[in-house]
Amino acid sequence: MTQAIAAEASVVKVRVWRGQEQGEYQSYEVPRQPSQTVLDIVTYIQREIDPSLSYRFACRVGVCGSCAMVVNGQARWTCRTHVDKVAQDGQLEIAPLRNLPVVKDLVTDMAPFFDKWAKAKGQFQGSATRHDEFARVEPESKQRQAVDLAIECIGCGVCYSSCDVVSWRPDYLGPAALNRAWTLMNDVRDTGKEDRLEAVGNDAGCLACHTHTSCTELCPKQLSPTASIAGLKRMAR
Amino acid sequence: MTPGTSTLDRRLFRLQRLSAMALAVCLVVHLVTMILAVQGGLTAAEILDRTRDNSVWLSFYLAFVLMVTLHVPIGLRNILREFTGWSASRVNLVGLLAGFVLLALGLRAAWAVFLA
Repeated sequence: MTQAIAAEASVVKVRVWRGQEQGEYQSYEVPRQPSQTVLDIVTYIQREIDPSLSYRFACRVGVCGSCAMVVNGQARWTCRTHVDKVAQDGQLEIAPLRNLPVVKDLVTDMAPFFDKWAKAKGQFQGSATRHDEFARVEPESKQRQAVDLAIECIGCGVCYSSCDVVSWRPDYLGPAALNRAWTLMNDVRDTGKEDRLEAVGNDAGCLACHTHTSCTELCPKQLSPTASIAGLKRMAR
Repeated sequence: MTPGTSTLDRRLFRLQRLSAMALAVCLVVHLVTMILAVQGGLTAAEILDRTRDNSVWLSFYLAFVLMVTLHVPIGLRNILREFTGWSASRVNLVGLLAGFVLLALGLRAAWAVFLA
Protein backbone atom coordinates (compact mmCIF):
# COMPACT_ATOMS: atom_id res chain seq x y z
CA MET A 1 0.00 0.00 0.00
CA THR A 2 1.40 3.38 -0.96
CA GLN A 3 1.66 6.11 1.63
CA ALA A 4 -1.02 8.18 -0.08
CA ILE A 5 -3.60 5.38 0.08
CA ALA A 6 -2.64 4.59 3.68
CA ALA A 7 -3.13 8.22 4.66
CA GLU A 8 -6.49 8.34 2.91
CA ALA A 9 -7.63 5.12 4.55
CA SER A 10 -6.69 6.44 7.98
CA VAL A 11 -9.59 8.87 7.88
CA VAL A 12 -13.32 8.16 7.64
CA LYS A 13 -15.37 10.81 5.87
CA VAL A 14 -18.64 11.09 7.73
CA ARG A 15 -21.79 12.97 6.83
CA VAL A 16 -24.01 13.49 9.88
CA TRP A 17 -27.57 14.80 9.95
CA ARG A 18 -27.77 18.08 11.89
CA GLY A 19 -31.02 19.81 12.79
CA GLN A 20 -34.52 18.54 13.28
CA GLU A 21 -37.05 17.58 10.58
CA GLN A 22 -35.49 20.41 8.61
CA GLY A 23 -31.73 20.31 8.60
CA GLU A 24 -28.73 19.24 6.57
CA TYR A 25 -25.82 16.84 6.52
CA GLN A 26 -22.52 18.14 7.85
CA SER A 27 -19.22 16.56 6.91
CA TYR A 28 -16.54 15.50 9.34
CA GLU A 29 -13.28 13.60 9.07
CA VAL A 30 -12.61 11.10 11.82
CA PRO A 31 -9.33 9.21 12.35
CA ARG A 32 -9.63 5.51 11.56
CA GLN A 33 -9.04 3.07 14.42
CA PRO A 34 -8.95 -0.73 14.44
CA SER A 35 -12.29 -2.37 15.35
CA GLN A 36 -13.94 1.05 15.34
CA THR A 37 -17.73 1.09 15.59
CA VAL A 38 -20.09 3.67 14.13
CA LEU A 39 -20.91 4.72 17.70
CA ASP A 40 -17.17 5.35 18.25
CA ILE A 41 -17.26 7.65 15.22
CA VAL A 42 -20.23 9.65 16.52
CA THR A 43 -18.66 9.84 19.99
CA TYR A 44 -15.37 11.10 18.49
CA ILE A 45 -17.18 13.84 16.58
CA GLN A 46 -19.03 14.96 19.70
CA ARG A 47 -15.98 14.88 21.99
CA GLU A 48 -13.28 16.12 19.67
CA ILE A 49 -14.85 18.12 16.86
CA ASP A 50 -18.33 19.43 17.63
CA PRO A 51 -19.72 19.18 21.19
CA SER A 52 -23.12 20.43 20.02
CA LEU A 53 -23.85 17.11 18.28
CA SER A 54 -26.72 15.24 19.99
CA TYR A 55 -27.04 11.47 19.96
CA ARG A 56 -28.30 8.77 22.27
CA PHE A 57 -26.54 5.74 23.69
CA ALA A 58 -26.21 3.88 26.97
CA CYS A 59 -24.66 0.42 27.19
CA ARG A 60 -22.33 0.44 24.12
CA VAL A 61 -22.51 -3.36 23.91
CA GLY A 62 -25.81 -4.18 22.21
CA VAL A 63 -27.97 -4.67 25.27
CA CYS A 64 -30.03 -1.50 25.59
CA GLY A 65 -30.88 -0.71 21.95
CA SER A 66 -30.77 3.05 22.44
CA CYS A 67 -28.06 3.86 19.87
CA ALA A 68 -30.04 2.85 16.78
CA MET A 69 -29.50 5.19 13.81
CA VAL A 70 -29.67 5.03 10.04
CA VAL A 71 -26.18 4.28 8.73
CA ASN A 72 -25.64 4.43 4.97
CA GLY A 73 -29.36 4.05 4.43
CA GLN A 74 -30.06 1.20 6.85
CA ALA A 75 -31.23 1.32 10.45
CA ARG A 76 -28.73 -0.37 12.76
CA TRP A 77 -27.37 -0.45 16.27
CA THR A 78 -24.35 1.79 15.88
CA CYS A 79 -22.54 0.16 18.83
CA ARG A 80 -22.60 -3.23 17.12
CA THR A 81 -21.76 -2.00 13.65
CA HIS A 82 -18.11 -1.94 12.69
CA VAL A 83 -17.09 0.83 10.33
CA ASP A 84 -15.32 -1.80 8.18
CA LYS A 85 -18.64 -3.50 7.58
CA VAL A 86 -20.65 -0.52 6.39
CA ALA A 87 -18.31 2.19 5.08
CA GLN A 88 -18.63 2.63 1.34
CA ASP A 89 -15.36 3.96 -0.16
CA GLY A 90 -14.35 5.06 3.33
CA GLN A 91 -17.52 7.11 3.72
CA LEU A 92 -20.41 7.00 6.17
CA GLU A 93 -23.73 8.78 6.24
CA ILE A 94 -25.42 8.82 9.63
CA ALA A 95 -29.02 9.93 10.12
CA PRO A 96 -31.66 9.60 12.84
CA LEU A 97 -34.15 6.71 12.73
CA ARG A 98 -36.90 7.15 10.13
CA ASN A 99 -40.64 7.29 10.84
CA LEU A 100 -40.12 9.11 14.14
CA PRO A 101 -39.98 12.84 14.96
CA VAL A 102 -36.44 14.15 15.20
CA VAL A 103 -35.69 15.92 18.48
CA LYS A 104 -32.24 17.09 17.40
CA ASP A 105 -29.50 15.70 15.15
CA LEU A 106 -29.43 11.92 15.71
CA VAL A 107 -31.95 11.83 18.55
CA THR A 108 -35.51 10.81 17.75
CA ASP A 109 -38.58 11.09 19.93
CA MET A 110 -39.47 7.47 20.71
CA ALA A 111 -42.83 8.39 22.27
CA PRO A 112 -44.99 7.58 19.19
CA PHE A 113 -43.21 4.21 18.95
CA PHE A 114 -44.06 3.23 22.53
CA ASP A 115 -47.51 4.84 22.39
CA LYS A 116 -48.27 2.25 19.73
CA TRP A 117 -47.17 -0.56 22.05
CA ALA A 118 -49.80 0.74 24.47
CA LYS A 119 -52.35 1.02 21.65
CA ALA A 120 -51.65 -2.61 20.71
CA LYS A 121 -52.48 -3.50 24.34
CA GLY A 122 -48.88 -4.45 24.92
CA GLN A 123 -49.37 -4.54 28.70
CA PHE A 124 -49.68 -7.88 30.43
CA GLN A 125 -53.15 -8.40 31.92
CA GLY A 126 -53.16 -10.92 34.72
CA SER A 127 -55.77 -12.25 37.11
CA ALA A 128 -53.59 -13.89 39.74
CA THR A 129 -52.58 -12.25 43.02
CA ARG A 130 -49.45 -12.64 45.13
CA HIS A 131 -51.33 -15.25 47.17
CA ASP A 132 -51.80 -17.55 44.18
CA GLU A 133 -49.40 -20.26 43.14
CA PHE A 134 -46.84 -19.43 40.46
CA ALA A 135 -48.23 -20.04 37.01
CA ARG A 136 -46.60 -22.90 35.18
CA VAL A 137 -45.59 -22.17 31.59
CA GLU A 138 -44.42 -25.37 29.97
CA PRO A 139 -41.24 -24.57 27.99
CA GLU A 140 -42.13 -27.21 25.42
CA SER A 141 -45.72 -26.08 24.94
CA LYS A 142 -46.73 -24.94 21.47
CA GLN A 143 -47.65 -21.42 22.63
CA ARG A 144 -44.38 -20.89 24.50
CA GLN A 145 -42.39 -22.20 21.54
CA ALA A 146 -44.25 -19.83 19.19
CA VAL A 147 -42.89 -16.79 21.05
CA ASP A 148 -39.48 -18.15 21.98
CA LEU A 149 -37.68 -15.55 19.87
CA ALA A 150 -40.30 -12.81 19.94
CA ILE A 151 -39.99 -12.20 23.69
CA GLU A 152 -36.36 -11.12 23.21
CA CYS A 153 -37.32 -7.77 21.64
CA ILE A 154 -35.68 -4.82 23.42
CA GLY A 155 -37.61 -2.09 21.62
CA CYS A 156 -34.75 -0.41 19.75
CA GLY A 157 -37.00 0.82 16.93
CA VAL A 158 -34.86 -0.51 14.03
CA CYS A 159 -37.84 -2.44 12.61
CA TYR A 160 -40.18 0.53 12.99
CA SER A 161 -37.70 2.78 11.19
CA SER A 162 -37.35 0.26 8.34
CA CYS A 163 -41.03 -0.49 7.78
CA ASP A 164 -42.54 0.85 4.55
CA VAL A 165 -46.09 0.48 5.84
CA VAL A 166 -45.30 2.73 8.84
CA SER A 167 -44.04 5.39 6.43
CA TRP A 168 -47.20 5.09 4.30
CA ARG A 169 -49.70 4.84 7.13
CA PRO A 170 -48.82 6.87 10.22
CA ASP A 171 -51.50 5.06 12.23
CA TYR A 172 -50.04 1.60 11.53
CA LEU A 173 -48.94 0.02 14.82
CA GLY A 174 -45.69 -1.27 13.38
CA PRO A 175 -43.66 -4.48 13.72
CA ALA A 176 -42.44 -4.09 17.32
CA ALA A 177 -45.84 -3.33 18.87
CA LEU A 178 -47.47 -6.17 16.94
CA ASN A 179 -44.65 -8.52 17.92
CA ARG A 180 -45.27 -7.58 21.55
CA ALA A 181 -48.99 -8.23 21.13
CA TRP A 182 -48.17 -11.65 19.65
CA THR A 183 -46.10 -12.62 22.70
CA LEU A 184 -49.01 -11.77 25.01
CA MET A 185 -51.56 -13.52 22.82
CA ASN A 186 -49.53 -16.68 23.48
CA ASP A 187 -49.06 -16.07 27.19
CA VAL A 188 -51.23 -18.57 29.06
CA ARG A 189 -51.43 -16.24 32.09
CA ASP A 190 -52.74 -13.25 30.14
CA THR A 191 -56.43 -12.41 30.40
CA GLY A 192 -56.65 -9.47 27.97
CA LYS A 193 -56.56 -11.44 24.73
CA GLU A 194 -59.99 -10.44 23.43
CA ASP A 195 -59.36 -6.70 23.76
CA ARG A 196 -55.90 -7.07 22.35
CA LEU A 197 -57.07 -8.96 19.28
CA GLU A 198 -59.62 -6.20 18.75
CA ALA A 199 -56.83 -3.61 19.01
CA VAL A 200 -54.45 -5.30 16.57
CA GLY A 201 -56.82 -7.16 14.22
CA ASN A 202 -57.65 -4.27 11.92
CA ASP A 203 -56.34 -2.14 9.05
CA ALA A 204 -54.07 -0.13 11.36
CA GLY A 205 -52.78 -3.37 12.87
CA CYS A 206 -51.67 -6.76 11.59
CA LEU A 207 -53.93 -6.73 8.52
CA ALA A 208 -51.94 -3.83 7.01
CA CYS A 209 -48.63 -5.73 6.92
CA HIS A 210 -47.42 -6.39 3.36
CA THR A 211 -44.88 -9.01 4.43
CA HIS A 212 -42.02 -6.97 2.94
CA THR A 213 -39.92 -8.49 5.77
CA SER A 214 -37.67 -5.43 6.17
CA CYS A 215 -38.22 -5.72 9.94
CA THR A 216 -37.08 -9.32 9.95
CA GLU A 217 -34.18 -8.62 7.61
CA LEU A 218 -32.82 -5.78 9.75
CA CYS A 219 -33.71 -6.81 13.32
CA PRO A 220 -30.38 -6.70 15.21
CA LYS A 221 -31.58 -9.59 17.39
CA GLN A 222 -32.57 -11.71 14.37
CA LEU A 223 -36.19 -11.85 15.49
CA SER A 224 -39.01 -12.21 13.00
CA PRO A 225 -41.77 -9.65 13.58
CA THR A 226 -43.08 -10.81 10.19
CA ALA A 227 -43.79 -14.26 11.64
CA SER A 228 -45.42 -12.69 14.71
CA ILE A 229 -47.67 -10.55 12.51
CA ALA A 230 -48.55 -13.57 10.37
CA GLY A 231 -49.56 -15.36 13.59
CA LEU A 232 -51.78 -12.44 14.57
CA LYS A 233 -53.37 -12.48 11.09
CA ARG A 234 -54.28 -16.12 11.59
CA MET A 235 -55.84 -15.28 14.95
CA ALA A 236 -57.73 -12.27 13.62
CA ARG A 237 -59.05 -13.64 10.35
CA MET B 1 -60.61 2.49 16.84
CA THR B 2 -64.19 1.38 17.36
CA PRO B 3 -64.96 -2.33 17.53
CA GLY B 4 -67.18 -2.01 14.46
CA THR B 5 -64.27 -0.83 12.32
CA SER B 6 -62.12 -3.79 13.32
CA THR B 7 -64.90 -6.20 12.44
CA LEU B 8 -65.37 -4.61 9.01
CA ASP B 9 -61.59 -4.63 8.41
CA ARG B 10 -61.41 -8.31 9.30
CA ARG B 11 -64.38 -9.23 7.12
CA LEU B 12 -62.91 -7.42 4.14
CA PHE B 13 -59.51 -9.03 4.75
CA ARG B 14 -61.10 -12.47 4.75
CA LEU B 15 -63.25 -11.71 1.72
CA GLN B 16 -60.27 -10.46 -0.26
CA ARG B 17 -58.31 -13.64 0.34
CA LEU B 18 -61.23 -15.96 -0.37
CA SER B 19 -62.07 -14.10 -3.57
CA ALA B 20 -58.38 -14.30 -4.56
CA MET B 21 -58.56 -18.09 -4.26
CA ALA B 22 -61.65 -18.22 -6.45
CA LEU B 23 -60.09 -15.79 -8.93
CA ALA B 24 -57.00 -17.97 -9.25
CA VAL B 25 -59.23 -20.83 -10.44
CA CYS B 26 -61.35 -18.57 -12.68
CA LEU B 27 -58.28 -17.05 -14.33
CA VAL B 28 -56.69 -20.42 -15.04
CA VAL B 29 -59.92 -21.76 -16.57
CA HIS B 30 -60.37 -18.57 -18.61
CA LEU B 31 -56.79 -18.44 -19.92
CA VAL B 32 -56.43 -22.17 -20.62
CA THR B 33 -59.77 -22.26 -22.46
CA MET B 34 -58.84 -19.21 -24.52
CA ILE B 35 -55.43 -20.55 -25.46
CA LEU B 36 -56.82 -24.00 -26.30
CA ALA B 37 -59.69 -22.51 -28.28
CA VAL B 38 -57.49 -20.50 -30.61
CA GLN B 39 -55.05 -23.40 -31.15
CA GLY B 40 -57.43 -25.01 -33.60
CA GLY B 41 -57.82 -21.73 -35.51
CA LEU B 42 -61.25 -20.78 -34.15
CA THR B 43 -62.36 -17.26 -34.98
CA ALA B 44 -64.06 -14.91 -32.51
CA ALA B 45 -67.36 -15.48 -34.29
CA GLU B 46 -67.02 -19.24 -33.96
CA ILE B 47 -66.19 -18.92 -30.28
CA LEU B 48 -69.24 -16.71 -29.71
CA ASP B 49 -71.33 -19.34 -31.52
CA ARG B 50 -70.36 -21.77 -28.78
CA THR B 51 -70.88 -19.44 -25.85
CA ARG B 52 -74.25 -18.19 -27.07
CA ASP B 53 -77.13 -19.54 -24.98
CA ASN B 54 -74.63 -21.58 -23.00
CA SER B 55 -75.70 -21.24 -19.38
CA VAL B 56 -72.56 -23.02 -18.09
CA TRP B 57 -70.30 -20.31 -19.50
CA LEU B 58 -72.72 -17.63 -18.40
CA SER B 59 -72.62 -18.96 -14.82
CA PHE B 60 -68.84 -19.23 -14.93
CA TYR B 61 -68.39 -15.63 -16.09
CA LEU B 62 -71.00 -14.32 -13.66
CA ALA B 63 -69.04 -15.94 -10.83
CA PHE B 64 -65.82 -14.51 -12.28
CA VAL B 65 -67.33 -11.02 -12.40
CA LEU B 66 -68.66 -11.32 -8.87
CA MET B 67 -65.25 -12.32 -7.53
CA VAL B 68 -63.58 -9.39 -9.33
CA THR B 69 -66.23 -7.08 -7.90
CA LEU B 70 -65.37 -8.28 -4.41
CA HIS B 71 -61.62 -8.47 -4.79
CA VAL B 72 -60.61 -5.33 -6.64
CA PRO B 73 -62.39 -2.65 -4.57
CA ILE B 74 -60.93 -4.02 -1.31
CA GLY B 75 -57.42 -3.89 -2.75
CA LEU B 76 -58.03 -0.48 -4.28
CA ARG B 77 -59.20 0.75 -0.90
CA ASN B 78 -55.96 -0.42 0.74
CA ILE B 79 -53.78 1.07 -1.99
CA LEU B 80 -55.56 4.42 -1.80
CA ARG B 81 -55.27 4.42 1.98
CA GLU B 82 -51.53 3.89 1.82
CA PHE B 83 -50.65 6.15 -1.07
CA THR B 84 -53.03 9.06 -0.59
CA GLY B 85 -53.57 9.11 3.17
CA TRP B 86 -57.33 9.48 2.58
CA SER B 87 -59.67 8.69 5.45
CA ALA B 88 -61.31 5.29 5.91
CA SER B 89 -64.75 6.60 4.92
CA ARG B 90 -63.38 8.20 1.75
CA VAL B 91 -61.56 5.08 0.55
CA ASN B 92 -64.62 2.99 1.42
CA LEU B 93 -66.73 5.22 -0.79
CA VAL B 94 -64.28 5.08 -3.70
CA GLY B 95 -64.05 1.29 -3.29
CA LEU B 96 -67.81 0.98 -3.34
CA LEU B 97 -68.11 3.11 -6.49
CA ALA B 98 -65.33 1.12 -8.19
CA GLY B 99 -67.22 -2.05 -7.24
CA PHE B 100 -70.41 -0.82 -8.93
CA VAL B 101 -68.55 0.17 -12.09
CA LEU B 102 -66.79 -3.21 -12.28
CA LEU B 103 -70.02 -5.06 -11.63
CA ALA B 104 -71.86 -3.14 -14.38
CA LEU B 105 -69.08 -3.60 -16.95
CA GLY B 106 -68.58 -7.25 -16.00
CA LEU B 107 -72.28 -8.15 -16.15
CA ARG B 108 -72.58 -6.39 -19.49
CA ALA B 109 -69.65 -8.43 -20.88
CA ALA B 110 -70.94 -11.76 -19.52
CA TRP B 111 -74.41 -11.05 -20.83
CA ALA B 112 -73.04 -10.04 -24.24
CA VAL B 113 -71.18 -13.35 -24.60
CA PHE B 114 -74.38 -15.20 -23.67
CA LEU B 115 -76.59 -13.29 -26.10
CA ALA B 116 -73.92 -12.67 -28.79
